Amino acid sequence: MSIIRFENVSKSFQNRPVLHNFNMEIQTGEMKVILGAGGSGKTTILKMILGLVKPDSGKVYIEGNNITDLEEAELNIIRNKIGMVFQEGALFDYLTVGENVAYRMRENKIYDEKEIVEKVQELLGFVGLESSINQFPSQLSGGMIRRAGIARALSDNPSILLYDEPTAGLDPITSRSICELVMKLRDIEGVISIFVTHDLGSTTTLTSEFAEMQTDGKIKFKESTNILNLVKTRIIMVRGGTVFFEGNNDDFHNTKEEYIQEFLS
Amino acid sequence: MPFFYHIIGEIQGLTLLCIRAIVNVFQKPRYFKDTFTQMEAIGIGSISIILLTGLFTGGVMALQSAKSLRSFGAVNLTGQLVALSLVRELGPVLAALMVAGRVGSGIASQLGSMVVTEQIDAMRALGTDPTKKLVTPRVIATTTMLPLLTIATDLFGLIGGWLVSFYTLKLNTSLYWNTAMRALSYNDLCEGLIKPIIFGFIIGIVGCYCGLQTTGGTRGVGLATTRAVVMSSILVIVADFFISKLVLEFRY
Repeated sequence: MSIIRFENVSKSFQNRPVLHNFNMEIQTGEMKVILGAGGSGKTTILKMILGLVKPDSGKVYIEGNNITDLEEAELNIIRNKIGMVFQEGALFDYLTVGENVAYRMRENKIYDEKEIVEKVQELLGFVGLESSINQFPSQLSGGMIRRAGIARALSDNPSILLYDEPTAGLDPITSRSICELVMKLRDIEGVISIFVTHDLGSTTTLTSEFAEMQTDGKIKFKESTNILNLVKTRIIMVRGGTVFFEGNNDDFHNTKEEYIQEFLS
Repeated sequence: MPFFYHIIGEIQGLTLLCIRAIVNVFQKPRYFKDTFTQMEAIGIGSISIILLTGLFTGGVMALQSAKSLRSFGAVNLTGQLVALSLVRELGPVLAALMVAGRVGSGIASQLGSMVVTEQIDAMRALGTDPTKKLVTPRVIATTTMLPLLTIATDLFGLIGGWLVSFYTLKLNTSLYWNTAMRALSYNDLCEGLIKPIIFGFIIGIVGCYCGLQTTGGTRGVGLATTRAVVMSSILVIVADFFISKLVLEFRY
């Protein structure tokens, strides 16, 4: 069963068409890397999955449920299964990093305070920000904000993760550390993810490497082409509001499409 | 025609937000902590500007009215004039305008920055309704705090009037306070307290509406802030006219 499905979705902003008859399907265990130039509707796709933006026509299905016409309260149930990492982090600036990560757990009131503190420490440990728990977002660097954003998106164990250009504007080393986190979540935790970007470096990393847990518990990143997780990681190129190309890393680099060649050069 | 549609759209948006803000009060989840934080920031935070506004308005009222009253030989009624105009009209309106400038702009710029930095989207993505978490607590805070701030404006205004009457006009202290207190009826107090409840609601809801409507980065935040102050100040003055008219209709 497809987890996420877009069916002939169209959307315009102020009479400017952004998506036009857009179709996409994501199955269990898959990762899609959505590439496209600025303003090609990449972020709109992610916001539609969360129900933050409604399509003008067409339907969006999450786990078989049509979410297009759902009310805000019904959407909140769907949103609890999804974590989103926003472009600039979008951390609440009036809360500390720890409070940001604990936000969803405190709102949902499923855990008691002791459990929340433990989970926040665990999540911040996962993204390597244990020491920043009491800092405010304004005191963090760009890369740290994105990592805190990932930790917040991971709270309450979502089954789907959406990344909106998490490596944009970061130096190559920090970008790499964000990609490693994404690969860890894909290959070790088995989270379904959509990674929106215009950064070719991150795309290549995500589509050609995978994370593997060693016997000593350490995680290593290896390059391969035929491992299942990488077969399930596909690149989608959006152009003119529709899917222009879909395939894996090799297909992408070997294509004769002029636009992609231009994009690659 | 586009301007007409724009106005209709604004009225529709504002009305829908008003309805949601009120309905949220009766629905769970309720954010008591956020409401108290806002009440403290809006109420306690505005005391100093309210004190200065009240004190100097009362003072200038006494100064100006004494000049006219003297020509009728009625300087001793200064207290009455200051009390009546402050409690019925100037206290609520001035407090509302000061709070619109200080709090309305603050609400609009805070929510506006949250919109442009995608924090509102993040909040919705995390399953929280921003109207419940952000709008209703702010509207409750302005609606409950403005009447209290108006009482403070009235009190400081009367003190300001007394200081001028005593030191400049050389009026007797007990004469000033007696005429002031005797001039006020129960109806005057009611009018003086109904107004700030409505003004407070207007300031809160307009601030939130303008903030949430922000588009276009930091420039948009600036525009939203200006819009919030202009819109709430005008609405306060227009509402003041209609409430005064209504109250006068019921009285006579």
